[in-house]
Amino acid sequence: MKYYKPATFEEAVALAAGADGVTRILAGGTDVLVQLRSDIVTPDTLIDIKAIPGTHDITRTGAGGWRLGVAVTGAEMSEHAELVRDWPGVVEAMDLIGSTQVQGRATPVGNLCNASPAADSVPAMIAAGAVATVTGPDGSREVAVEEIPVSPGKTSLAKGEMITALTLPPRGENGGDAYLRFIPRTEMDIAVVGCGVNLRVKGDVITEAHMVLGAVAPTAVVVHAAADALVGRTLDDDALQALADLAEASCNPIDDKRGTIKFRTHTAGVLARRAAQIAYTRAKGDQA
Amino acid sequence: MALDSSKTTGFKYVGTRPDRPDGLDKVTGRAKFGADAYAPGMLHAAIKRSPHAHARIVKIDTSKAEAMEGVKAVVTRADFATGIEGEFGNILENVMAGEKALYDGHAVAAVAATSALIARDAVKAIEVEYEILPHVTDVDAAMQAGAPVIREGAADSSVPEGLHPNIVRYYESGHGDVEAGFAEADLVIEDHFLTEATHQGYIEPHACLGTLGTDGKGELWCCTQGHWYVQKVCAALLDVETSQLRVTASEIGGGFGGKTTVFIEPVALALSRKANRPVKLVMTRAEVFKASGPTSSTSMDVRIGMKKDGTITAAQGTFRLQGGAFPGAPCEMTAMCAFAPYDLKHVHQVGYDVMTNRPKQAAYRAPGSPMAAFAVESVIDELCNKLGLDPIDTRLKNASREGTRASFGPKWPRIGLVETLEAAKAHPHYSAPLKPGQGRGISCGFWFNHGGETAVSLALSEDGSAQVAVGTPDIGGSRASMALMAAEVLGIPYEDIRVTIADTATLGYNEISHGSRVTYASGLATIKAAEDAVQKLCARAAAKWGIPEDAVYWEDGYAKPSGPNAGEFEPLHIGDITATMGATGGPICGHFEATPEGAGVSFATHIVDAEVDPETGKTSVVRYTVVQDAGKAVHPTYVEGQFQGGAAQGIGWALNEEYIYGEDGRLQNAGFLDYRIPVASDLPMIDTVIVEVPNPGHPFGVRGVGETSICPPLAAIANAVSAAAGVRMRQLPMRPSRILEALESAVDG
Ligand SMILES: Cc1cc2nc3c(=O)[nH]c(=O)nc-3n(C[C@H](O)[C@H](O)[C@H](O)COP(=O)(O)OP(=O)(O)OC[C@H]3O[C@@H](n4cnc5c(N)ncnc54)[C@H](O)[C@@H]3O)c2cc1C
Repeated sequence: MKYYKPATFEEAVALAAGADGVTRILAGGTDVLVQLRSDIVTPDTLIDIKAIPGTHDITRTGAGGWRLGVAVTGAEMSEHAELVRDWPGVVEAMDLIGSTQVQGRATPVGNLCNASPAADSVPAMIAAGAVATVTGPDGSREVAVEEIPVSPGKTSLAKGEMITALTLPPRGENGGDAYLRFIPRTEMDIAVVGCGVNLRVKGDVITEAHMVLGAVAPTAVVVHAAADALVGRTLDDDALQALADLAEASCNPIDDKRGTIKFRTHTAGVLARRAAQIAYTRAKGDQA
Repeated sequence: MALDSSKTTGFKYVGTRPDRPDGLDKVTGRAKFGADAYAPGMLHAAIKRSPHAHARIVKIDTSKAEAMEGVKAVVTRADFATGIEGEFGNILENVMAGEKALYDGHAVAAVAATSALIARDAVKAIEVEYEILPHVTDVDAAMQAGAPVIREGAADSSVPEGLHPNIVRYYESGHGDVEAGFAEADLVIEDHFLTEATHQGYIEPHACLGTLGTDGKGELWCCTQGHWYVQKVCAALLDVETSQLRVTASEIGGGFGGKTTVFIEPVALALSRKANRPVKLVMTRAEVFKASGPTSSTSMDVRIGMKKDGTITAAQGTFRLQGGAFPGAPCEMTAMCAFAPYDLKHVHQVGYDVMTNRPKQAAYRAPGSPMAAFAVESVIDELCNKLGLDPIDTRLKNASREGTRASFGPKWPRIGLVETLEAAKAHPHYSAPLKPGQGRGISCGFWFNHGGETAVSLALSEDGSAQVAVGTPDIGGSRASMALMAAEVLGIPYEDIRVTIADTATLGYNEISHGSRVTYASGLATIKAAEDAVQKLCARAAAKWGIPEDAVYWEDGYAKPSGPNAGEFEPLHIGDITATMGATGGPICGHFEATPEGAGVSFATHIVDAEVDPETGKTSVVRYTVVQDAGKAVHPTYVEGQFQGGAAQGIGWALNEEYIYGEDGRLQNAGFLDYRIPVASDLPMIDTVIVEVPNPGHPFGVRGVGETSICPPLAAIANAVSAAAGVRMRQLPMRPSRILEALESAVDG
């Protein structure tokens, strides 16, 4: 196994493009090292991107959104008051990952590229409309976060490509997001179901709605119909029921040791309702 | 002089709460655990394990592994002793498979190499050809006609004819006429209960460092609850003389019964003998789950009859315990503990020990008792609910007391069940209001406790301080308790006593730290050893004063003349005597060797409040109170720790912990991610009440406390969850999906 710690992305891309066998980018390593230790993935090449300047920065974009460097950790996000104010759902999704120790290492980019169906930050980032900057031997392109994972453990990134930044859009007025997951315990567990909701309101009326489910299909499920169900309405009981029904109908889960199809489907509806209520309260500017 | 220090009140040291002597070492990382030992030239070992639940081993080809650079030895079953039968034969078969692999994770070969990485790679290079056989992992399925036979001829003579060969032991006891008793009842409830296997979940994986020479002399460092037992087993499995193998117990990162047997030590020694180098072997967590000893899973039927006034008229239980691929599931214990808390005219209990293709079960705190309590106390709860009776009053009405005939035969001596029930009833928790969605559960629990072979030696130093050597690994703060008991007898400060867990070359045989025996048995031995030293101290004083030995008594660290007739002498401090001991007769030591048989049983009553989210089925335990009889709490903080630990492990067992086997018979959750042990935030603060009904069999009244605390939780939590959810939960773990299913079928039904 070869370990590199490049100083620039050009160098990192060149290493990745030229490497044989299995290559892994080392961000926090909380997936890479665990998989290595348990004989699941033994990389031939490890490229540690944490020494590249700017990868630890959280910066305001010109448009008023947020640019997250690829080594930014969950803990750094939670401690960033302005980011938390704009995107509480994204930050709380990231904050659910692991323990205090894991929080000091784990990154949203790693969470995304590990491509687990149960990744917590992914539904929240997709609901928020996050975009990844993908850089490869042929230059850079902007890719919607939902297009990165393609199946469990697989991404759409080509050989030599890597993510060099994540961008969250400007929050804008009267918006609020939320993420909830179901686990049998209180922490240190993998989502049995996850649900991210991002809403915008005018008064009590919803003007924009996004809902994304995690752990109920091979990749995160964007429930496009959520907008039809909610936009133009208040979040009354009927709207919540419609949302819950949509969530259940969108599930395509598996039966496994973490949950049955039936349980996952049912719980997706419950979480949809609860997450929407939190996002709604936040969008209206109330405490949630 | 007064030699017998028996007392139950008026203590100076016993009952206080000083810091534990091993505390600083543990919080600073200085303590040496199993994997912390190194030796010059040491090799690292790894074990090749079967991926199949049940398979005949056709061929093992180790040639590629042996040819690898850095590989120094490979062993298979051929490298162990032959012709061993009985308990040790089973251990050998478990430590290294013979003709068949009997469960997913069963060891089939092992490698020692110059690095852990090479050893791991070499294991992958070992080629094993298997002929896969049908398997069974479920206890009920394993008893059915036509179930795959794990091993022919494993049953003992207790098993009635005509039963499946997987049923290897049968137990039955009781008295009266249960049918007559049921006829007297106003209500009879019979239910079926299931519990899944759980793991003790100790934080420290099994680890050892072994050296064995071709001369048959060996040294072994390992993490165990009983190193004399390890010594005996390893000597037999490697065919060396017991005394030639010195075993030292490391600090132990939890055992809870799971380290009362042997899994890897003989393998390290066999590799060492072959490579002629020290060999270190450390299990991974996945190996711990797959190939150490979880609890039995159970299938149980319990039937209880009750009168409208709460009197239990009869009780009957059938308890089937799945014990893995070897005999030994504690079916007698389950059956004996089931109805122990109650005074029953008509009672009958049956136990089955059943083999399956799973790892050999091991003890886990009060082996067998928690499951029995789950079934029995759930039925009592249902009866109380249906008859509108208070659960504590009903238990008090039927409670076993001194003189009651126990459900399994003998008459109870002085026991403290009633006292725990009364203390629970008086506790503010029992009368606190519940919020909507919450439910409260009560349960009693019982464990026997144990004495066992014990040897302790105490040596006084010139400066008047004392060193105590005990042979029972400290699994719960016992060094502190030993020091307190020695301080009490010697009359010197707690800090002046150092307690060491001695190796097998230093003391006579000490039984394992199990059966909640340490504070009782090593404690008793420590007291007796200290008394022995005190007698010798008094003799030195008597000699100095020129008066008879029996005219000297010992008080608060001083030898004193026993009265005016004995003469007027200045009391002699212990330090004054030890300072000159070399010249007055030589070293002063005390010792004690015996098999104390006066262990006192312990009962407990637990109160639990649980809250259930009816939309997701998720349970939170919101309040928990443990009330238990400790006899005498030598170090109350560590007694409380045992109470809380039992409750915490019980919460995991009741709610989310389980061994999950796939159709292929392989364990699917061999790690802490999917084996859901509670994390700190899953637990409420756990309140404790120490009841002290002295055990007449111990000089200070001590009863064991480590195991009883895990007997009531499964039932108490199930009763609380059933009350909160409004449906009766009869299967563990009560994971969210199971609660939702129960809620749903309650609506449908
Ligand atoms: C104890 C524990 C608890 C956990 N709990 C959770 C949980 O609750 N929820 C959850 O979702 N996850 C959980 N995880 C998984 C893990 O922590 C997260 O997925 C984390 O976000 C991964 O981030 P990382 O920076 O550590 O990624 P790494 O391990 O460094 O990398 C993960 C993957 O991303 C790829 N990668 C990293 N950076 C880039 C890049 N810039 N471009 C392209 N590919 C890249 C790597 O090649 C690798 O395949 C847990 C892990 C542990 C050890």
